[in-house]
Amino acid sequence: MEGIIKFLQQLINGIHVGSIYALIALGYTMVYGIVQLINFAHGDIIMMGAFIAFISITVLKLPIILVILISVIFCMISGILIEKIAYKPLRNSPRISALITAIGVSLFLENLFMLIFTPNPKPFPNVLKVYQINIGNLQISNLTIITIVVSVILMIGLDFFVKHTKTGKAMRAVSEDQGAAQLMGINVNTTISVTFAIGSALGAIGGILYSIAYPVIDPFMGIMPGLKAFIAAVLGGIGIIPGAMLGGFIMGIAESFTKGYISSQLADAVVFGILILVLSIKPSGIFGKNIKEKV
Amino acid sequence: MALLETKDLGINFGGLRAVGDFNIKIEDNQLIGLIGPNGAGKTTVFNLLTGVYLPTEGSIYLNGENIVGKKPYEIVQKGISRTFQNIRLFKDLSVIDNVKMAFHHKMNYSIGAGILRLPYYWKEEKEIHEKALDLLKLFNMEKLAYATAKNLPYGEQRKLEIARALATNPKLLLLDEPAAGMNPQETNELMKTIHFIRDKFQIAILLIEHDMGLVMGICEKIVVIDYGIIIATGTPEEIKNNKKVIGAYLGE
Amino acid sequence: MKSKLKPYIINTVAIIFTYVILILLMQTGIINSYYEGIVISIGINIILATSLNLATGYLGQLALGHAGFMAIGAYASAICTSMMNLPDLLQLIVSILIGGIFAGIFGILIGIPALRLKGDYLAIITLGFGEIIRVVILNMKITGGARGFRGILPLTSFNSVFWITVIIVLIIYTLINSRHGRAIISIREDEIASEAVGINTTYYKIFAFSLAAFFAGIGGGLYAHYYTVLDPASFGFMRSIEILIIVVLGGMGSLTGSIVAAIILTILPQLLLDFSDYRMLIYSILLIIMMIFRPQGLLGKTEFSLTKLFKITPNNKERSE
Repeated sequence: MEGIIKFLQQLINGIHVGSIYALIALGYTMVYGIVQLINFAHGDIIMMGAFIAFISITVLKLPIILVILISVIFCMISGILIEKIAYKPLRNSPRISALITAIGVSLFLENLFMLIFTPNPKPFPNVLKVYQINIGNLQISNLTIITIVVSVILMIGLDFFVKHTKTGKAMRAVSEDQGAAQLMGINVNTTISVTFAIGSALGAIGGILYSIAYPVIDPFMGIMPGLKAFIAAVLGGIGIIPGAMLGGFIMGIAESFTKGYISSQLADAVVFGILILVLSIKPSGIFGKNIKEKV
Repeated sequence: MALLETKDLGINFGGLRAVGDFNIKIEDNQLIGLIGPNGAGKTTVFNLLTGVYLPTEGSIYLNGENIVGKKPYEIVQKGISRTFQNIRLFKDLSVIDNVKMAFHHKMNYSIGAGILRLPYYWKEEKEIHEKALDLLKLFNMEKLAYATAKNLPYGEQRKLEIARALATNPKLLLLDEPAAGMNPQETNELMKTIHFIRDKFQIAILLIEHDMGLVMGICEKIVVIDYGIIIATGTPEEIKNNKKVIGAYLGE
Repeated sequence: MKSKLKPYIINTVAIIFTYVILILLMQTGIINSYYEGIVISIGINIILATSLNLATGYLGQLALGHAGFMAIGAYASAICTSMMNLPDLLQLIVSILIGGIFAGIFGILIGIPALRLKGDYLAIITLGFGEIIRVVILNMKITGGARGFRGILPLTSFNSVFWITVIIVLIIYTLINSRHGRAIISIREDEIASEAVGINTTYYKIFAFSLAAFFAGIGGGLYAHYYTVLDPASFGFMRSIEILIIVVLGGMGSLTGSIVAAIILTILPQLLLDFSDYRMLIYSILLIIMMIFRPQGLLGKTEFSLTKLFKITPNNKERSE
């Protein structure tokens, strides 16, 4: 009985973290889908989202809704600006140059925030009164429930947006074939900006949820969840939205089980091991289409 | 014994039969045309013969040896070489380096000899440099030897790809729409070149081409496929009057 | 024959000249021991960058786990030194060779599954392998785990680094200009065409990748015997990125580019030391600006050549040399 409880507890923890990874992974996957760029700076969007929320709470003392709103808007604007300034000039360059630029942007943001906020970790304020709900012997915190619910709603919303709205369709068209989309009268630049904005908004929310779950923030906090979320996106098949969600949950659950049953130090190795295993069997990720180069 | 013979060769893509019951015989020094409407499976045949695709059924005999399951590079070394429909050159390299690549398996010096630049290295490099230039001369391209491949005009790129395929020293050369995108004058010249290559190198050539008139003009034998199946084989005269072929091209 | 020899003479003279100048500067104290450390770091970075260039610039496979191979080489060679007792120079050579061989073997083991993937998938799987190597080292007893590996004999000197760097760069250069190097480059250009002209692409992919790993292992061995302390944290994903930045900045497919970029990027942070707080900020801005205005890197795919500089090769057709 105890074994089952422990198992379920770990599973729930896994889904909790996994839904945050999934939110962040969506930003990676959408950007990759549309400009074929691994946006290394996305992890830092998470960090910025957390820091802006931090200031809004501690300095401006705003209510939580406004805190989230400000953080989301700030990250959306940052995302758009990053694309316009750093990535757009490189759209026709070798992709590796764009990748290095993304890394440059990432380093820039980390060091900028380190200058402003010092490298010292800061405690993230309690914005949510956390309490445990008991279901039998199983304990679930309200935070877990809120995180999962918020993430799932956002994912469903995004899925609807991409499939059924005009902008969403434009996004899919641009990711399919930029040139053709342009000829069909789609404004490619605007569409790319919208993609970055949405990805960054999800990243901001992911960052806030992450900071509530692990309430210490520092300028380099985005690197690890960013990397894991990116791996989640690859795991699911990069560029594919449901893939990023599934990948996020797999990452979270795998990590939680490794921590609970094996060793927390090995959690990262296991996560990468899963990635390697999946890619060895299915080279383009779980939902990825195996596109063979036409001969 | 035929140079190349296929027996009931076929391949399915996800249940869909792309090529089936494909039986063909190619003799030494023969010039054969493979024609058929768009999507008939011509390039798929090439991909099967060169090992790019693994056939679902049947066998391919090159000089009596079954080559099914061999890797593309092994098949090249055994004597089947090809060009591609959508030209695949080493774009950023010079014309002569493109040709030199194809001599790779004919050269012997080891990795160590290459790194230490032993006399053997110099000797072989000099040899293939001259061989590559000779080959380019045949195509009137020796002046372009140091140009970057991607900067060549379209027709020259096609010629370079054929030169590169020839450098592998094939017994059978597969040309996938070599005249695609050329104007009538270029096409004419190319056809002369193909004839010349066949005579000069004493090799068999299997040629995919859309332009019926053109294929009729130079091939001794023509194979027509439609929906992945051979619907006719014969001399140009026979093919011209074959009802099935006319049907396939013009619609019943 | 005469014109064939000339580039060799010029380059040999240039290498010896550089060596003598550096030695003189050290003797006179203009290059003090602090600067000597920077020179040694430059050498190690050149080894790491040129070897990664082999995999990424010439073979065309974006690899993000180079630090992992460096770590294997560093730890294997350090362990080797701790278990043997040979004369200094011999010990260093044996140790770094063993480090390189270990890294090379892992290069083969990792290369076989990883190189089946392409592009960004390859990048991410190599990143994954690099991280796994780091985490495994972190959890092993023989490596000292998180406390690090201490007390490695300081066997790396300016002399050893200088000459090993020269040898490695020369090996990569002559390899690239041989038929085997051409085969490697053909894979970057078009893998399908490469296979279609009779090149065993799988063999050459794994060969080039594991050779790159081997050299990275040697670089790691030199690193271990210079810093004498190894910390798993210093072989993380950011280290791989740093090496990649050198390669891209110098130009993918240009060894001289990698050398120039390794020099610049090793010295630059030292120059920015006065702005310590702003150092990384300036570095990152320079990186972005550099990529926007010169995405192909400093030298692109071309090599800087003294022979060409002195216009000694009269025959333009010999320029493949």
